Amino acid sequence: MTDLLDPTGEREPGQRPRAARPASLDGLTIGLLDIAKARGDVFLDRVDEVLRERGLKVARFRKSTYTKPAPADLRGEIRTRCHAVIEALAD
Amino acid sequence: MALPDGLVCFVKADCPTCQMVQPVLRQLRAAVPFTVLTQDDLSFPAGVEPVDDTSLELSYRHQIEIVPTLMKVEGGKPVERLEGWDRGAWERLTGLNDLGDGLPGFRPGCGSRTLDPGMPETLALRYDGSQMRSRRISLGSMEDEIEATFVRGWSDGLPVVPPTPERVLRMLSGTTRDPQEVVAVVPPDLVDCTVEKVAVNAVMAGCRPEYLPVVLAAVEAACTEAFNIHGVLATTYFVGPVVIVNGPIAREIGMNSGVNALGQGNRANATIGRALQLIIRNVGGGRPGEIDRATLGNPGKYTFCFAEAEDTSPWQPLSVERGLSPGTSAVTLFAGSGVQPFFDQLARTPETLARSLASCLRVVGHPKWGLAWDALCVISPEHARVFRQGGWSKQRLHNELDAILTFDGDEMVKGADGIAEGMPESAARGKIAKFRPSGLLFVHAGGTAGLFSAIIGGWVSGPAGTEPVTREVRP
Repeated sequence: MTDLLDPTGEREPGQRPRAARPASLDGLTIGLLDIAKARGDVFLDRVDEVLRERGLKVARFRKSTYTKPAPADLRGEIRTRCHAVIEALAD
Repeated sequence: MALPDGLVCFVKADCPTCQMVQPVLRQLRAAVPFTVLTQDDLSFPAGVEPVDDTSLELSYRHQIEIVPTLMKVEGGKPVERLEGWDRGAWERLTGLNDLGDGLPGFRPGCGSRTLDPGMPETLALRYDGSQMRSRRISLGSMEDEIEATFVRGWSDGLPVVPPTPERVLRMLSGTTRDPQEVVAVVPPDLVDCTVEKVAVNAVMAGCRPEYLPVVLAAVEAACTEAFNIHGVLATTYFVGPVVIVNGPIAREIGMNSGVNALGQGNRANATIGRALQLIIRNVGGGRPGEIDRATLGNPGKYTFCFAEAEDTSPWQPLSVERGLSPGTSAVTLFAGSGVQPFFDQLARTPETLARSLASCLRVVGHPKWGLAWDALCVISPEHARVFRQGGWSKQRLHNELDAILTFDGDEMVKGADGIAEGMPESAARGKIAKFRPSGLLFVHAGGTAGLFSAIIGGWVSGPAGTEPVTREVRP
């Protein structure tokens, strides 16, 4: 019988429930996160318009580069200020 | 278990010299405090009450290579040792005369059982194996080892060497670093990666132990914020890490910097680059189709590693240009997107060769984009000769290329020349450089025949993407 050593990070995948969907968007602040890909702003500008037409509050955010994960500070700010977030991946 | 003080002798019955010196061992036993340790037969030698070392623990711990080995032990520690039979030397060490009357004066010993084939690994694992922490996975008796690694998702698509504890322990002998030292936090899962985990993956890649320090340095470099292996992995672009090795280690471990330097056929080149990619896959969790979203990728994502031909280069080595002292072993990581050939067989002056090279460099990524990608140029010996004979330093080449590779913005913008792709309209008003000031790297490698060099295009350059990173290779 052969023993092998595990080459992986041996992480236990955590299971977290998804955040509950809001029953209604009334009175909520929606975050729009631009990951800094080309023309992502075009898409989000239109989403922004649509949301405001519905009377919703919108907060805009932008990563400094699409090549790196969103910094913890940015994620924290979105979490603090917004009830929901829409992230745009565009090209 | 400590050695008893006095004289100690390691023997095995399966050794003609040990058999021959039996009378001497009995002489010593009668005269002084003396312990005989037998490696194979508890009834051998007769008349000296041999102590059992058939487990070979003491032989292993005291690094016995030859039997008989006669040692003087004080305070549990050997202070003197002799290998084989040599009457004069044995008499000096024991302080006794007339040892082995009638025996020849000298006879070499035999190999210790600790050196039997496969035994060093077995003993190292048995007596030093507790330093390893990785989970052990027991395969079924009918399970094929190679298939088992595929089934578990550990392979890059090619067979890997099964990472048995014996092999990993042997790999760890290639570094002085503690197996549990954290080398880097590996994206995308941001996992603490120990020296041991690097060794496990280096075994799978096919590395020899002496390559391990290079792999460790490559992992350190890849997992820096500057190199940004997360982005290099996750992007839809072609890119993967290219490892360039400088300094004495390249020759010591037999790396190829000559004929077919970027190609197949050299174990160190092939397996060091592969080990890095296996670590990203297995430790970091970065797998194609998951976090790795490359549209096409490139074959260099299996492995892309080579050494610079420093001795014959007209220029200083890449690592020295990047701040390390000459003679220091180092790796430089460049995020590369595959090899673009540069062909020029007619240039005999550096001026025309530089213009020719520039025309090919312009198309890196896209000819109508500047300041977007870096490039690594692997200049072959025959092209390097043109620059050497023309007296061009690397800095001179940089300066000349920068001048040639600066374009009017209006020919670079979207729509110009009937090509939709291009830079934003705002670029039209000024001059556009193809490369940022630190965006071109040159190394010297390749066979001595062929007026060709290689251009390896990069990826999003600078703080917004990736920077080349150089790290010293430490033992």
